[in-house]
Amino acid sequence: MSEQKKLLEVENLKKYFAVKTGSFKKNYVQAVESANFFIYKGETLGLVGESGCGKTTLGRTLIRLYEPTSGKIIYDGKPIYDSEKKIAEKMLPYRRKMQIIFQDPSASLDPRMTVGEIIGEALDIHNICPSKAERNDRIRNLLSQVGLNTEHANRFPHEFSGGQQQRVGIARALAVNPEFIVCDEPISALDVSIQSQVVNMLEDLQEEMGLTYLFIAHDISVVRHISNRIGVMYLGCMVELAESYELCAHPVHPYTKTLLSAVPLPDPVKSRARERILLEGDIPSPMNPPSGCRFHTRCPYATEICKQEMPKLEEVGPGHYAACHHLEQA
Amino acid sequence: MEENKNLLEVKDLKVSFFTPAGEVKAVNGISYTLGYNEVMGIVGESGSGKSVEAYSLIGLLANPGKVVGGSVTFEGEDLLAYTPEQMREFRGNKVSMIFQNPMTCLNPVYTIGDQLMEALTCHDKNIKKEEARAKAIEMLELVGINNASKRVDQYPHEFSGGMRQRAMIAMALICSPKLLIADEPTTALDVTIQAQILELMKSLQKKENTSIIFITHNLGVVAEICDRVSVMYAGHIVEQATVEDLFYHPMHPYTKGLLASQPRLDADGHERLIPIEGTPIDLLNPPQGCNFGPRCKDCMKICLREKPPYADLGNGHISACWLHYKDLKKEEENK
Repeated sequence: MSEQKKLLEVENLKKYFAVKTGSFKKNYVQAVESANFFIYKGETLGLVGESGCGKTTLGRTLIRLYEPTSGKIIYDGKPIYDSEKKIAEKMLPYRRKMQIIFQDPSASLDPRMTVGEIIGEALDIHNICPSKAERNDRIRNLLSQVGLNTEHANRFPHEFSGGQQQRVGIARALAVNPEFIVCDEPISALDVSIQSQVVNMLEDLQEEMGLTYLFIAHDISVVRHISNRIGVMYLGCMVELAESYELCAHPVHPYTKTLLSAVPLPDPVKSRARERILLEGDIPSPMNPPSGCRFHTRCPYATEICKQEMPKLEEVGPGHYAACHHLEQA
Repeated sequence: MEENKNLLEVKDLKVSFFTPAGEVKAVNGISYTLGYNEVMGIVGESGSGKSVEAYSLIGLLANPGKVVGGSVTFEGEDLLAYTPEQMREFRGNKVSMIFQNPMTCLNPVYTIGDQLMEALTCHDKNIKKEEARAKAIEMLELVGINNASKRVDQYPHEFSGGMRQRAMIAMALICSPKLLIADEPTTALDVTIQAQILELMKSLQKKENTSIIFITHNLGVVAEICDRVSVMYAGHIVEQATVEDLFYHPMHPYTKGLLASQPRLDADGHERLIPIEGTPIDLLNPPQGCNFGPRCKDCMKICLREKPPYADLGNGHISACWLHYKDLKKEEENK
């Protein structure tokens, strides 16, 4: 297992969005700041953080749905984007390998296309299954693979429930036989009893097809369940990255600790007995992030150095990375 | 004395929506009582009728929804018989509500202070403006908003999500109501902010002795804050118990299913989730028998035929399921 292959690697990936603040002034939302990490082939990397921390932006920038501001993305050993060497590969061939499942299933399906057309469109673009019979077979196979009836191909998205719509979204992503799928909050729009159905299905598909996932969610208990490793993001920065059980059992970054202690447990005695770390205040605006460590305005251990210098993501244990100046204290 | 034991009594409440497609029985005969100083959780998935039920209590039900049966008694008075004027007097004064999305519930063109003061002046015509303002600032401080005397003149868009929800709570509590209905108050918030708001609600509940009906779909939040819990499925309360009984000894298959289907942060290893198969029923065509029957693992013949009555399991723990009737089970097997 130690000789795992890295499927995707990013170095110093940045994504800024320009915002006009006046007729001449331009300001930037620093959505993702210097992301450095890699994803092994066949694993699930979870990404957690609060809303606005840049996890969705990072997911979309990875597969270049957003053009990175700077940095380097390496997929399967080949750079697909490198701001220094001015490499920006054509993405069409890579789209067959990298797909995405979106958060809101009803908004991500064209209401005027039938489910068969939605899935078929992906096949047509990549010229998979050129003959009509083959194409129909493939669509039917995909539908049954995600637990829908084959007759559903002729229906429109509004005829489905939220859980079924999400299954259509998954079928569309699977249509091109991808290797890597970004799952961007695939279950947060679904009802509790439906969520587990979709989680189990994603796990089964991964096993069957050898998929690699980047699983983005704000619900850390779901992420822990499905992921091999978890990255925690705060205000555009990755603050901690570790094997998922290690991260939940021995978090080292003060933000991760807070996040874990804030998750309500479905156990009245345990949840009332444990000590909570409550943070003061709210997340600062990413337009105007704090200097140095971005967490220092809310961190109980913050000192002078935290205000001046941004801590680097460093290895603190085998496979356990954290970015903090005061790890020994926290 | 019997009357005064409970703040709120709901008996066999039925709410229907009369849609062009037919009558949707969103709430179909639910009963519960809420004591003084008690926090009751109502859990259910979307469409289970938990919000509709709360709206109907305080006359906020919009067309085409109608209360079609049952009774609601608040301190001995029948709420359903109230005229709209009486209801308006009652709302805000004795009962108030916190909504899910604080942004859509605050008026964007008035300052936070104006909106807080409006709640006061509506119910007390004699209150002076300075007094109302002082009270508004006091309430904002109470809910933990720093620099309240400056914040009171700001508009909702200048507040963050968590702070808006705090302002909503301040507004709801400004007339010291006896009952607070909280409809998914933390669902739109991030976990760290959710933790702050839950702590705040817990401490305020102790300080102000308010009873709370806490509506949510998050079982973790329920475990955190509630004393008693009602689990709703398709317009019915399927199980009702103290929070300890519900989490440690769930009896209804739906409750069990919900608990087993969620990944837990405190789980030891990787266990596969056990989902509840199928989808919630279509309320336009409810099944003849138990509403949960079609999705239930232990569904018997009788479940598809007849609605199960509540079984009393002691300590106020009730559950509507045929499985609790042991003799019947044998009968089924013999058939």
